[in-house]
Amino acid sequence: MLTAGIDCGAKNTKTVILKDGKIVGKGQNLTGFDQAEAIKASLEAALKAAGLKEEDLDHIGGTGSGAAEIKQADIKVNDIKAMAKAANYFFPGSRTVTDVGAEEGRAVKIDEQGKVVDFAINEKCAAGAGAFIEAMARALELPLEQMGPLALTSDKTIPMNAQCAIFAESEVVGLIHAKTEKQDISRAIHDAMASRIVSMIRRIGVNPDIAMIGGVGRNPGFVESLKRELEVERIYVPEDPEFGAAVGAAIVAAEEGR
Amino acid sequence: MAEEARREFWRWTESNWSNPDIDWKGAKIVTLGIDVGSVSSQAVVMTDGEIYAYSNMRTGSDSPESARNALNYALEGTDLPESRIDYCIGTGYGRVNVPMADRTVTEIACHARGANFIYGPEVRTVLDVGGQDCKAIQCDERGKVTNFLMNDKCAAGTGRGMEVFADLLSVPIDEVGERSFQVKEEPAPVSSTCVVYAKSEATGLLRKGWSVEEVLAAYCAAMAERIYSLVERVGVIPEFAITGGMAKNRGVTERLMKKVGLQAMKTRWDTQIAGAVGAALFGYALVQKGKGRK
Repeated sequence: MLTAGIDCGAKNTKTVILKDGKIVGKGQNLTGFDQAEAIKASLEAALKAAGLKEEDLDHIGGTGSGAAEIKQADIKVNDIKAMAKAANYFFPGSRTVTDVGAEEGRAVKIDEQGKVVDFAINEKCAAGAGAFIEAMARALELPLEQMGPLALTSDKTIPMNAQCAIFAESEVVGLIHAKTEKQDISRAIHDAMASRIVSMIRRIGVNPDIAMIGGVGRNPGFVESLKRELEVERIYVPEDPEFGAAVGAAIVAAEEGR
Repeated sequence: MAEEARREFWRWTESNWSNPDIDWKGAKIVTLGIDVGSVSSQAVVMTDGEIYAYSNMRTGSDSPESARNALNYALEGTDLPESRIDYCIGTGYGRVNVPMADRTVTEIACHARGANFIYGPEVRTVLDVGGQDCKAIQCDERGKVTNFLMNDKCAAGTGRGMEVFADLLSVPIDEVGERSFQVKEEPAPVSSTCVVYAKSEATGLLRKGWSVEEVLAAYCAAMAERIYSLVERVGVIPEFAITGGMAKNRGVTERLMKKVGLQAMKTRWDTQIAGAVGAALFGYALVQKGKGRK
């Protein structure tokens, strides 16, 4: 069985090729304003990496906020189902999975087969999404990639009062004026966002084996804050977490296309 | 440099005013109300319960300094010395940092009391849309608060959200309301609740060929919806009045009032001074009762 999973997200579009349960190719593109174009490019890149052609694929699963634009997909995969399947694929023991992307955060409770038991979504407020750290990086005048590693060098806990990304920007500027060290501000920013995600996870229940997918999983500062907030030993993050939902979509395409 | 110039679009006009017909020398009680908000600060000087002078300006990064600047600006062009002030009440987000304040009073109480003065005792529902919050307050004929709801957690439905849009679209904030009506047909409101997302949505609309005016209309409508949901929860009892900076943006107020189904009350005063007026009036009442400075 050869399937592709395409996840058209708010910021990036990702494609994964799955061959009998193994990842054989990946492709990624900025979504930009032309979703159809980004989808085509990421699929082409993944096929190229796998050394395959589109007609070799048995099925294509499409997911993500731009799923409606994935004309190549013959199977539409629900976002929540995709993340549940991905968590079960990477970490079969996990029962709670969180997916934090550029403009959305989700938490899903799953059973041992990777079936969805319960879930919570935030797609209304940037304070619980990657866009929050991006906005704060701009306020701190730091590249986004430096935010996480910088936060790890701080051991100070500074509470942030603002719960809104727009208000938090003014608060960060205030902290800069008060001569607070950038690494301490960065840690406070990650803590603030983690507490938003944690309150969402708590709604569905916390267990010790928490998996995380989505682009924000790449940010070590955020993962550390999340661990601290959840009071857990570790968070299970796959390699290339941003491809999580695409992997899930490819799995569902294989299962449903059988 | 271009970046610096672009950032100035959110800046609204600062102002001060004094009443040349009032002879403060003959006044029995002179009180001061200072409202240090998160975005703007106002100082109001009252002589025997009448507005003598006021100022309205941007809050700086330092609250005590902002309070001081507001007072100086209010007294500019008058010959009333600061020493003549019998009592001062601080209010607003930065009220604990008003150095000249004898006491503080919450902005909810001050806005109701101030609205009762600047709009008249008929006012029962006061909507205050400020820089970083939005409050819907119900009050009685004496301006006493009977119920209220507040959003201070989310920028959507506050002045800050509008400033972000003024900057994005390079439209001076004072012109947003007018320009939002320069559309052939009223567009659908921007669907995103969050200002961060609404910004990306607006950028997408501009790329799709929408005019700046259409995007402004869509955002003003979204803001009106957002504010309406707060107003609806507290319930509207006529007469209805709007205070705070957003009251000056008819792009939002007219769309909001259409949803409310009422006419908003009118006033000759600057709607942003309501909180400081309330504070000055509370001070006046205290001094009258002999509870002023010892």
